[in-house]
Amino acid sequence: MANKDLKTTVQDNVIWRSIFRPGSIYRKGYRDTSRDRALASMNNVLYHLHPVKVKRHGLKLTYTYCLGGLSFFLFILLTVTGIFLMFFYTPAAGAGTELAYLNMRELSASVTFGQLVRNLHRWGAHAMVFTVFLHMARVFYHGAYKPPREFNWVVGVILLLLTLLLSFTGYLLPWDQLALWAVTVGTNMMGYTPVFGDQVQFVLLGGLEIGPSTLLRWYVLHVLFIPFVTVIFLAVHFWRIRKDGGISGPL
Amino acid sequence: MSDEVQIDQEVFDRLVAEGKSERIARAKAKAASVRKARAAEGVALGPRPAEQAATALEEFRSSQGGGGGVATKTAAPADAGGAAGGRLTPDQRAARVAASLGNGGGESASMGVPAASDHTHRLLALVPPAGIQQVQSKQMDKVYTWPHLLLVEFVALLAVGSLLLVMSFFLDAPLGSLANPNEVPAINKAPWYFMGLQELLRYFHPMVAGVTLPGVALVLLMAAPYVDKNPSARPENRKVANLAFTFFLTFWGILVIIGSFLRGAGYEWVWPWVQGLGFTL
Repeated sequence: MANKDLKTTVQDNVIWRSIFRPGSIYRKGYRDTSRDRALASMNNVLYHLHPVKVKRHGLKLTYTYCLGGLSFFLFILLTVTGIFLMFFYTPAAGAGTELAYLNMRELSASVTFGQLVRNLHRWGAHAMVFTVFLHMARVFYHGAYKPPREFNWVVGVILLLLTLLLSFTGYLLPWDQLALWAVTVGTNMMGYTPVFGDQVQFVLLGGLEIGPSTLLRWYVLHVLFIPFVTVIFLAVHFWRIRKDGGISGPL
Repeated sequence: MSDEVQIDQEVFDRLVAEGKSERIARAKAKAASVRKARAAEGVALGPRPAEQAATALEEFRSSQGGGGGVATKTAAPADAGGAAGGRLTPDQRAARVAASLGNGGGESASMGVPAASDHTHRLLALVPPAGIQQVQSKQMDKVYTWPHLLLVEFVALLAVGSLLLVMSFFLDAPLGSLANPNEVPAINKAPWYFMGLQELLRYFHPMVAGVTLPGVALVLLMAAPYVDKNPSARPENRKVANLAFTFFLTFWGILVIIGSFLRGAGYEWVWPWVQGLGFTL
């Protein structure tokens, strides 16, 4: 079997062996044994977010519906598509030079896969808000916030808030009528914050009303600041899941 | 332990004469004297060949009388009732799990594993009894993350990913006309997840609808685990909590649906089948 020989040759290669740590299913000599199954998750940077073993009942799709994992997947998808969109976008909206809006038009007209990636980013964002909501409901109905998981629930609520902020700051960026007025509705509400209302609104808008400085401010919040904070809270969230004893239950 | 190891003066002097620092010379001289003492006792030094190490381990095990953290063998295929190739049938696995969970009688109080069961986990080996950590939690029915959980996650990821891709292929994200601060559009709505708030704005002062109510909701949500002192997670034991949460979700959902679909120009009530859908994602 020439095929088999090729596989062995590749797997014996010194570079291949240096990349795939013991227990990797791509490494020579992986056997479906308890030891290698344990090593497969232990020796992989991504998989070791999970413990080596999980409670059997947590595998049932109807227990978690994978909602937390899917929220994370959507976050990654939004990061990747978002970086793509950043290549073609300028957060400038000065009168007569509304580059932001022009870039959006160009993106759909003349960038390869531009419209598709923007669609993915848009629908993915809505989907993420939705999965995060559902994830919260799932956790509540399983009573999974009970000790020792109280604090992780609080972190989760903060992550929900961050998800909403991420989505809302992104809403302004196309700089079309839809964006401008949807954001106007939202920021007017924040202006009614007791005591500091006017100051809050001024800081958020970078001025007295929505304008070019608001766009730049929300762009930086959307692509850098809020994702940065979100990643920190995500790390704490995942870490606490493991430290608090893995998936909750069984009921 | 108590008696200080004497340094080998000869080696020490030689190393110092060679210009080594006194600290290093003392350490090497100590090691030399230990080696000399071992050799005098007839103990072989250096790494031992594999078979010799195995014999030593066997000797140690027999001298410890089967205790001392030597892992007990898991259920052998023979007493699993002729399972092919060491694999268990679902029935056998269930029986074994039940036995190890202590449902089969003969429980051991300390480990949560029945003494009669030969299916145990020993995490420590060759440790004095005082050093063994007593694990109080019961052994649970667990499976390996790879391949079981990762497979489920991978399929879920592919399903949602392809769904999004298909949706993005056929449905374009909306893009209106250029933003114009001087022209208020007839239908003026926030993103859908804030429509509940916008709907509340219809009935309350903005300070209540836009700031106070969402603030209180958020604080209540975060406080939930500290307020809900009920230790049970079973739905039949927490009807009040589930009812309250369901009420909250339903209330919120209705507000979002009204705001999104039943409000039109000037935020007046409309029927979508009469005046059309005033909703953009």
